[in-house]
Amino acid sequence: MTVELLATEIVSKLEAALPGSTVESSGYTVVIKDEFVLKAANFLKNTAGLDLNYLNYLTATDYTTYFELVYDLVSLEHNHKMILKTRLTNREKPEVASVVSIWKGADFQEREIYDLFGISFTGHPNLKRIFLWEGFQGYPLRKDFKQ
Amino acid sequence: MELNNQPQPDVYSEKDLDRTEGQGIDFVKQQHQVQVEDPDSWQNEEGQQNFMLASADALINWARASSVWPVNAGLACCAFEMISTASSRFDISRFGMEIFRPSPRQADLLIVNGTLTWKMAPQLKRIYDQMAEPKYVIAMGSCAISGGLFRNSYAVVPGVNKIIPVDVYIPGCPPRPEALLYGIQMLHKKIKKQKNFAKRKAA
Repeated sequence: MTVELLATEIVSKLEAALPGSTVESSGYTVVIKDEFVLKAANFLKNTAGLDLNYLNYLTATDYTTYFELVYDLVSLEHNHKMILKTRLTNREKPEVASVVSIWKGADFQEREIYDLFGISFTGHPNLKRIFLWEGFQGYPLRKDFKQ
Repeated sequence: MELNNQPQPDVYSEKDLDRTEGQGIDFVKQQHQVQVEDPDSWQNEEGQQNFMLASADALINWARASSVWPVNAGLACCAFEMISTASSRFDISRFGMEIFRPSPRQADLLIVNGTLTWKMAPQLKRIYDQMAEPKYVIAMGSCAISGGLFRNSYAVVPGVNKIIPVDVYIPGCPPRPEALLYGIQMLHKKIKKQKNFAKRKAA
């Protein structure tokens, strides 16, 4: 069974390395500020003892006032896991750093979120639509999407 | 000389066996001195051919309905019911249509089974356009008929009849193979009603 990391421990480690990066935490979920995503991802993957080297999935949720990105991280070395979240409040032009440079598996999933939510990932090597066709109007997985 | 009426000795010696074999060969030789006639030679005689009178429509429609070759367009889960229909248990070959063609150019019938997305729609239209006339379309399952469960989706075509004309609709989610067979019988009835030489009135 994969061990769930304690969020409080991760928060203290993150705060030590990147002061002011975390917002809140509960269980094995840590919410960080959106400008720290790339640095926090780099820290979580490359710190001895954490080694979260595998991105299970990356997805997004529309809470109408903000978007929440969810990163499910697993360490194949230590067999433990955690959830990393971040919130984007800019609804007109949501933007966040891409983590493809850290976890290759994020490539298609970031394109999916870009396609269906309209969140753009800066630093993505090939950010273009993956499901819908060029010219499709709107972002279907947003709560305010109307056909 | 009947071989079977010969008195059978209890024990065959080698000489007896040789003699029996020799008698058999002699018998066949006696019986087959004349050339065997070609069984089809009577067809060369004048006036011996068979005639069948039928209207051209009945003949053409009978031929068309008796061997409708379908093309695969398995878009979603209904395809498995179609595969099941084609396999030994339900056996679509009873209708002379066991040959599923991978190419639309060799097929008469397009069985659209499954959800058609807008992204797939141009390809389906191309498959239909590539088929040679006369061509028929069966819409199998709720999704192909009307979009079904996914009707309100931004990605799904609400019924393939928005893209191509449909001859027979088979409801169900998914329809059982019996339903597909019934739909095929309906299509056969429809084909047999066709008027091939009537002129269509201008609209």
